[in-house]
Amino acid sequence: MGTIVVIAEVAADGSLARISTEVATLARTLAAASGHDLRGLVVAADPGAAAKELAGYLPEVEAVAAPELADHVAPQRVAAEAVRLARSADLVLLGASPDGRDVAGILSAVLGRGVLANATAVTWDDGPVVEMSVFGGRLNTWSAFSAGPGIVTVRTNFVTAEPASSVGRVSAVDAEPADGSPAVRVLERVAEAGGAAPIEEARVIVAGGRGVGGADGFRVVEELAEALGGAIGASRAAVDAGWIPFSQQIGQTGKIVKPALYVGLGISGAIQHKVGMQTADTIVAINRDPDAPIAEYADLVVVGDLFEVVPALVAALRARSA
Amino acid sequence: MRIVVLAKPVPDTTGQERLGPDLRVDRAAVPAVVNANDEYAIEAALKLREAAGEGSVTLLAMAPESAPETLRKALAMGADSGVLVTDPALAGSDTLSTARVLAAALGRLEYDLVLAGADTSDGGTGTVAAGVAVLTGLPYLSYAAKIEPTEGVVRVRRISPTGYDLLEAPLPALVVATQALGEPRYPSLRGIMAARSKSIVAWSLADLGLDPAEVGGAVASTKVLRAEAPPTRAASRVIRAPAAEAAAQLVDFLAERRLI
Repeated sequence: MGTIVVIAEVAADGSLARISTEVATLARTLAAASGHDLRGLVVAADPGAAAKELAGYLPEVEAVAAPELADHVAPQRVAAEAVRLARSADLVLLGASPDGRDVAGILSAVLGRGVLANATAVTWDDGPVVEMSVFGGRLNTWSAFSAGPGIVTVRTNFVTAEPASSVGRVSAVDAEPADGSPAVRVLERVAEAGGAAPIEEARVIVAGGRGVGGADGFRVVEELAEALGGAIGASRAAVDAGWIPFSQQIGQTGKIVKPALYVGLGISGAIQHKVGMQTADTIVAINRDPDAPIAEYADLVVVGDLFEVVPALVAALRARSA
Repeated sequence: MRIVVLAKPVPDTTGQERLGPDLRVDRAAVPAVVNANDEYAIEAALKLREAAGEGSVTLLAMAPESAPETLRKALAMGADSGVLVTDPALAGSDTLSTARVLAAALGRLEYDLVLAGADTSDGGTGTVAAGVAVLTGLPYLSYAAKIEPTEGVVRVRRISPTGYDLLEAPLPALVVATQALGEPRYPSLRGIMAARSKSIVAWSLADLGLDPAEVGGAVASTKVLRAEAPPTRAASRVIRAPAAEAAAQLVDFLAERRLI
């Protein structure tokens, strides 16, 4: 049997991205069913820490030190290093993150191999069977590769990361020689205020929409998020109005999230937003309009003025934990 | 500043989209619109041309024959002309074929900058632009929140988990746009009328020197095995009560589900 390769993602601080632990866990499940060997690949300016962490999930990890990644974007270099392993792999798995998508797209063109993207589940049946959600979540599809090897990107939050029962081996591998592909330099890395953990990783999300009325109104959203220990999200209307940054936007042109709890405040929940949060385990809506689209698929709808209900809810939550 | 924008007509997300009997996207089922993310790329292109005071914005799309009407709206926003690669053999193409076709088309165009949207609402892989960059040899700068061409290079703010990375690459380059670049303009009445006489050129695979045995639906690398509507969620519970009472019921609900 051949190999399944997991291409890991490394954060700017050198730590392993959470999504990679999920993808590695998925890879182990597939390999158990298929009999494939497993390989992880970590490419970073200093790959040691991330490789060690990935070895907690995979039996074999290759660590490639690429010092120029200190001031060059990662995907091109990662893909160049991955070609060696990917070329002979039956399946390449990556997280469906911005960097993961870039690496997948580059590898697809370099190797002439197909991509199945944004998988919500992958099983093995004489080849990977990849489940995806299409048409704004109204249809689930199961797809396969027509001719052998392929590349799959996996959505975060659909697989629960689980360390392996024993720690794998890390081998340091020399970087490939430069292949002459255009290098994109990083002049500066800027951290912006409120650079909180990505909302895709939050277990609880409180999102504000048009009904919140303004940047001031978002204070109410923040208070509830804090009381619930969650992150702040937003609909496109709130982002376009400038009340909250684009990085918090949930929906068709924003982020796809799958929290345990999603609370929508003043959000109508039309299709473009629904696509981003409909797989949340529990959906609560607080809205003045009982006929808002979100009422059709929320688990609980509170019809009322969010500026009255939310403070009362925050007070009740604080009293409870006091 | 000559800019080419990769634009894809996709089924309008009205809720009526569906797969055909062959389990491929049924592109005839609902009217097509320009993919939402591509509109941000078009808007960014128009702004860059305005800032430069000269130049051109050309749309490049691979789509069914019926696509020209969909491209008219983007032309009405202010783009100058369109190139449509259309060929029956391309129906059912995967992302790899799409990247190959777009790269071949770019090989016959002259440009300083190529812009693309982040992903599409129909297939949504977000991998085509990266593939096009590889096949054309262009520097690839993705997830752009800001684009600044200057003196033969382009500087891009690439959204990162903590903020952004400021990138630089020589022109010509391929940049992937995000919503952070700014709201697309609505076409003006004058723009709509002007669009009627703007040129949309159609190229076939033969025009690009591509072989239908090597690109298109016949060599699609992926296939849909089956499709099903997802399980519906249980009906919602509605609370209409004064704030304090509603809050108390909400807390009970969350406690029951072990969310607090």
